[in-house]
Amino acid sequence: MRLYQEKSAGDIEPDLGVDLAGIHFRNPVTVASGTFGSGIEYSRFVDLNKLGALTTKGVSRDPWEGNPTPRVTETPSGMMNAIGLQNPGVDVFIKRDLAFLEEFDVPVIVNVCGHSVGEYEAVVERLAEDDRVAMLEINVSCPNVSCGAIQFGTDAGMLMEVTSRCKSKAGSKPVIMKLTPNVTSISDMAKAAEAGGADGVSLINTLTAMKIDIYKKRFVLANKTGGLSGPAIHPVAVRMVYEASHAIKIPVIGMGGVASAEDALELMLAGATMVAVGMMNFTEPDITGKIIRGIKDYMVLTKTEHIRDIIGAV
Amino acid sequence: MNEMIRKKAKIREKTYLAPDIYRYSFLTDLCSGAEPGQFVMIYPVNGARLLGRPLCIADVSGEDNDSGRADDPGHYFDIVFRVVGGGTEEISGYNPGDELYIEGPLGHGYPFDEKTIGGKNIVMLGGGLGAPSLLFLAKKLMKAPSAFVSLTAVLGYRDRSMNHFLASDFGGTGIKTIISTDDGSEGIRGNVIDALEESGIKADLIYACGPLPMLSAVKRYAKEAGATAYISLEERMACGLGVCLGCVAKTTEKDAHSGVKNARVCTEGPVFCAETVDI
Ligand SMILES: Cc1cc2nc3c(=O)[nH]c(=O)nc-3n(C[C@H](O)[C@H](O)[C@H](O)COP(=O)(O)OP(=O)(O)OC[C@H]3O[C@@H](n4cnc5c(N)ncnc54)[C@H](O)[C@@H]3O)c2cc1C
Ligand SMILES: Cc1cc2nc3c(=O)[nH]c(=O)nc-3n(C[C@H](O)[C@H](O)[C@H](O)COP(=O)(O)O)c2cc1C
Ligand code: FES
Repeated sequence: MRLYQEKSAGDIEPDLGVDLAGIHFRNPVTVASGTFGSGIEYSRFVDLNKLGALTTKGVSRDPWEGNPTPRVTETPSGMMNAIGLQNPGVDVFIKRDLAFLEEFDVPVIVNVCGHSVGEYEAVVERLAEDDRVAMLEINVSCPNVSCGAIQFGTDAGMLMEVTSRCKSKAGSKPVIMKLTPNVTSISDMAKAAEAGGADGVSLINTLTAMKIDIYKKRFVLANKTGGLSGPAIHPVAVRMVYEASHAIKIPVIGMGGVASAEDALELMLAGATMVAVGMMNFTEPDITGKIIRGIKDYMVLTKTEHIRDIIGAV
Repeated sequence: MNEMIRKKAKIREKTYLAPDIYRYSFLTDLCSGAEPGQFVMIYPVNGARLLGRPLCIADVSGEDNDSGRADDPGHYFDIVFRVVGGGTEEISGYNPGDELYIEGPLGHGYPFDEKTIGGKNIVMLGGGLGAPSLLFLAKKLMKAPSAFVSLTAVLGYRDRSMNHFLASDFGGTGIKTIISTDDGSEGIRGNVIDALEESGIKADLIYACGPLPMLSAVKRYAKEAGATAYISLEERMACGLGVCLGCVAKTTEKDAHSGVKNARVCTEGPVFCAETVDI
């Protein structure tokens, strides 16, 4: 393929805009929660106004300390993390992060975490009326916190309940459920979120993994296990996005190891309406811009006027 | 993309210092405004290694930082590193002319303003690969030698096979330089604190970089001696820019950014006042 090349005058002007849960996004590319903060640091590298959306780091009702270090380690074509959802809590988030994002013209998807359904509800309620928030993404899938979280995402009944209770507190804000790949059937989980009233699902979160230092005979991460992300998990993400999008009618945001426009297009062909770029932001801070340009190039090359013609077209 | 923080830079010079220890000089103005104690992230080329390797800035030449190396008035900066794993092994295989992606300068370095150094007996303690960032600091301090009372560098090595790397560079700046080795095969036997005590040198202000057990000992020593200590911490990093929260250090007070007792080593650090971190 010949992406990222000079185009000629007769080329079509492709439309990258997508609609998801009643919101229009200028292009289908966002960032994966926890890999971009709230954009404050990366705004030096990336024009935030060019992103399809900006997804923030998980925020909880109260400040969370997170896990002891080491929290991160590299793995072949990827990394493992056990941050443990450290965050300053929703009050600081509103005062500092949302105030920063207000200056930009980019839809904000706020990722929400909690130890209990009540904690999720509290954050959702605080953000439900805030005009600076476009959409809520509920993280029911973080493998790195001991109580709650992943339990909600691995039991279909609980997932349905968390979804409907978050939805009931969200007012008019669309609610996206972020699913874990650490389940036997991703389709069943996607269906449970849909049945609970979710406006969409996003997947995949990280795969639970482990790394051992053979000389120290110790776990590399203080938490013993960590979530695997990066290009190493991309083929798993493609398969799961395909399965989930075929099991439900609500839209899917696809993520997992996106490192190029080709990877993003693969997830869209598998059924994702939008895609998120995660750990590759660490490797190449301006990678989102490159991916957006590459998708455009692909559309020119394949004479695709509307990006919607790519979604699920495999 | 902001060009000032991420650039492809050419290796200008490669020097073998000791077994598995190299000094590289990169031809770039990326770090011309850098402060001692700051670091860069160097990115391996091998696509299986996606995270940058954090390495301290050991020397800088350019507009703001004139290292005094008369051979080349251009913009360059140096790193000194030891091969410990796949990434540093890959980097050690590159040669002058090869180019690597580098991000920097990153983090907060050693404070060395008038107020901090004025009237002080200053001691720099470098354990092993802790020496490089202190060399850059030494060069900065020696630009205004009248600002402080005395300046001593104590450099600790495992044994004589490490060729007391960089010690002559410290000596070259005119600083009194003391060497120690763990096995006594060169200089004073023991660690840098043993060497400091044995030399009877007074310390009001300590700058230290080295392994964590050494830094904990420095913190204790400074407290007993009534000295102020600034220490440079190491932690596993993914982004190097303050985004991932992978690299935190426990702090004694709530950190302004995190809202909890965690500060980011890559952003608030890597240099911290010893009293403020829980090590
Ligand atoms: C702020 C800072 C400054 C540093 N300055 C220097 C320096 O000037 N000279 C020098 O020789 N070393 C320095 N180090 C340590 C250096 O970063 C590691 O030795 C190097 O990253 C090892 O990479 P590797 O691929 O060879 O090892 P591997 O073990 O294969 O690396 C795997 C992963 O772990 C990380 N890692 C491994 N060891 C360390 C470590 N000790 N600290 C942080 N991350 C680590 C790597 O970056 C990589 O992501 C510094 C570390 C920090 C945090
Ligand atoms: C350092 C780090 C922090 C993360 N934090 C969060 C988080 O707060 N909430 C969440 O839902 N997912 C979090 N994730 C998961 C990512 O959003 C994403 O689902 C996953 O990393 C897969 O995408 P990738 O392979 O492109 O990184 C985090 C991932 C990483 C690497
Ligand atoms: S390395 Fe990511 S926050 Fe410090």
